[in-house]
Amino acid sequence: MISEATEFDPNNILTVKDLSVDFDVKGQSINILSKVNFGLKRGETVGIIGESGCGKSMTALALLRMVPSPPGKISNGEIFLNKKDIMSLSKREINRVRGREISMIFQEPMTALNPVYSIGNQLVETIQQHKPIDRASAMEEAIELLRSVQIPAPEKRISEYPYQLSGGMRQRIMIAMALVCNPQVLIADEPTTALDVTVQAQIFDLLKKIQNKNKTSIILITHDFGAVSEMADRVIVMYAGFKIEEGTLEEIRNSPIHPYTKGLLGSMLELKTDSAGFRERLPEIRGSVPDLLNRQAGCPFGPRCESATTRCLQMPPTFDLGDNRSVMCWLVENGEN
Amino acid sequence: MMQAVIQRVFLGIVLILGVIVLNFFLLQAAPGDVVDAMLAEAGGGDPELAARLRQSYGLDQPVYIQLIKYLGQVCIGDLGYSFYYDEPVATLILSHLPTTLMLTLSALILAVLFGTLFGVYAAIKPKGFFSNFVTVFSLFGYATPVFWLGMIVLLVFALYLPWFPAFGIRSIPEPDHPFDRALDIIHHLVLPTFTLAVLFLANYSRISRASMLDVLGADYIRTARTKGLSEPKVILKHALKNASLPVVTLAGLQLAQVFSGAVLVETVFSLPGVGPLLYESIVRRDFPVILGVLFGAATTTIVANIITDLVYKWMDPRIQSIT
Repeated sequence: MISEATEFDPNNILTVKDLSVDFDVKGQSINILSKVNFGLKRGETVGIIGESGCGKSMTALALLRMVPSPPGKISNGEIFLNKKDIMSLSKREINRVRGREISMIFQEPMTALNPVYSIGNQLVETIQQHKPIDRASAMEEAIELLRSVQIPAPEKRISEYPYQLSGGMRQRIMIAMALVCNPQVLIADEPTTALDVTVQAQIFDLLKKIQNKNKTSIILITHDFGAVSEMADRVIVMYAGFKIEEGTLEEIRNSPIHPYTKGLLGSMLELKTDSAGFRERLPEIRGSVPDLLNRQAGCPFGPRCESATTRCLQMPPTFDLGDNRSVMCWLVENGEN
Repeated sequence: MMQAVIQRVFLGIVLILGVIVLNFFLLQAAPGDVVDAMLAEAGGGDPELAARLRQSYGLDQPVYIQLIKYLGQVCIGDLGYSFYYDEPVATLILSHLPTTLMLTLSALILAVLFGTLFGVYAAIKPKGFFSNFVTVFSLFGYATPVFWLGMIVLLVFALYLPWFPAFGIRSIPEPDHPFDRALDIIHHLVLPTFTLAVLFLANYSRISRASMLDVLGADYIRTARTKGLSEPKVILKHALKNASLPVVTLAGLQLAQVFSGAVLVETVFSLPGVGPLLYESIVRRDFPVILGVLFGAATTTIVANIITDLVYKWMDPRIQSIT
């Protein structure tokens, strides 16, 4: 059951409270994810954005209790799917959530399918895992699924092996596999990073179509703000295992508050020219991601932050600005930003 | 598919003929022949006797004539006569073959089954005691000379603990009932099979552990888990088939050696197998027998390779053609 301390928004399909993940590296426990909170509404797309190693993929894996263990473990937090407490499920019960209520697609369509089994075999296996139907009907359903993700000649493709298909095709198969039970939540971990731009657009279109049809909630994990603006309603910005800012797409795009978010948006690839007609140098966030093994006290972004002051040597709290808008930065304390 | 197999068989035949020719010249290059060996055994003899003996064996003819004659024989399935036993080579080999095959095949099957099982289990629990045990045991099996292990096993399980017979393949006298006779043979084979299997097994557990660890980190394993498959299904269906490809390669290589690969074990346990036959024939310069055994070994190798390729193709669809 939900503890009393947990506020529970009935509109949320998925509620994540104070989620922390620790990794054990050479006997030392390092904090990969620190008290991440967020909610996901029905039919909504939330983009989680951040650079490599910020904990965005780990968040996704944690939602399905798939943090690789050892060395990792979920050290704290609550995850609720509707009213179901994911953290307290048994192995058998969590297997009934995976692929049925929460599905996941991955960055690498080239390696995410098993090379030694046919497409049909891998689809039918998923269908039969969750539905009590015989192989022949599962096969028919698999063909229908392939058709629904716009794979041409699905009757023929179904008996092919992953190596015979292109990257975009494989990602469609992954999506088809994720849709077997019309999941309430679809987690897409960098679904288009390995694909070329035209295929990216097709995959996003497909995801949107599916979302409109089934009212699926999508968590889109990416490092590409372009992908987020294409898909997301709401954006969560992560840095070094912290959720540092959250807001609607417009809020984040037009009025970012956290210096890191500003930097991230500033370093987007746009060709700007200055008044003299010269191309401007692409801005960057100076420095690099902190070493999680030797965390400094205070704000994780402090050492790289241009607005840092002495109070940033203390860890900033997450300031809730209401309506799912929040920022983890001292700048908002006195309404300055 | 069928065409590819036929092509391989044809190539194999050509290869075997090549091997025969090479072996033939190799033996000619070795010092001494069967007559020298016989006379040495008999304590000497005059050159006239040696010449007569050589003539009777056809050894007085030029090497190329001997080779052509031999190739002609082999093509019609005749491996010739042993100089020493005065028996057809084929009969001789066939009488030694069952012992060898029982030993090597059962050791191989045991090793593949248990080796893979150990390796997979060790990979699933990489930090456990068993995993460390498999690592150490594999190193031990990899580094131990087979004759040493054979002798230790003999000392312990045949001498100090007289549970198993120390040599031979049958008791003397043999039991009357056919079932008892079979049991008797199995009883004799336990120690040599165990010795050989332990050494083979070390390889399989080492390779399957490494390969399984590798596969368990693959993206498609993560996919299988996110689909909600149970852990046994993830391991047994998705991981095992991928992880056993290197095991198949190794098993194929060892399958090629079942014909004559157990010389040392057969010698230590005094089993009347193909190994000792080959060894003694080399000492006696009994060329037809040596050539016959090598012919059998070459054929086995080629057949084993074809089988390996077929299994490989069945297991991994990415392998398009076996040629």
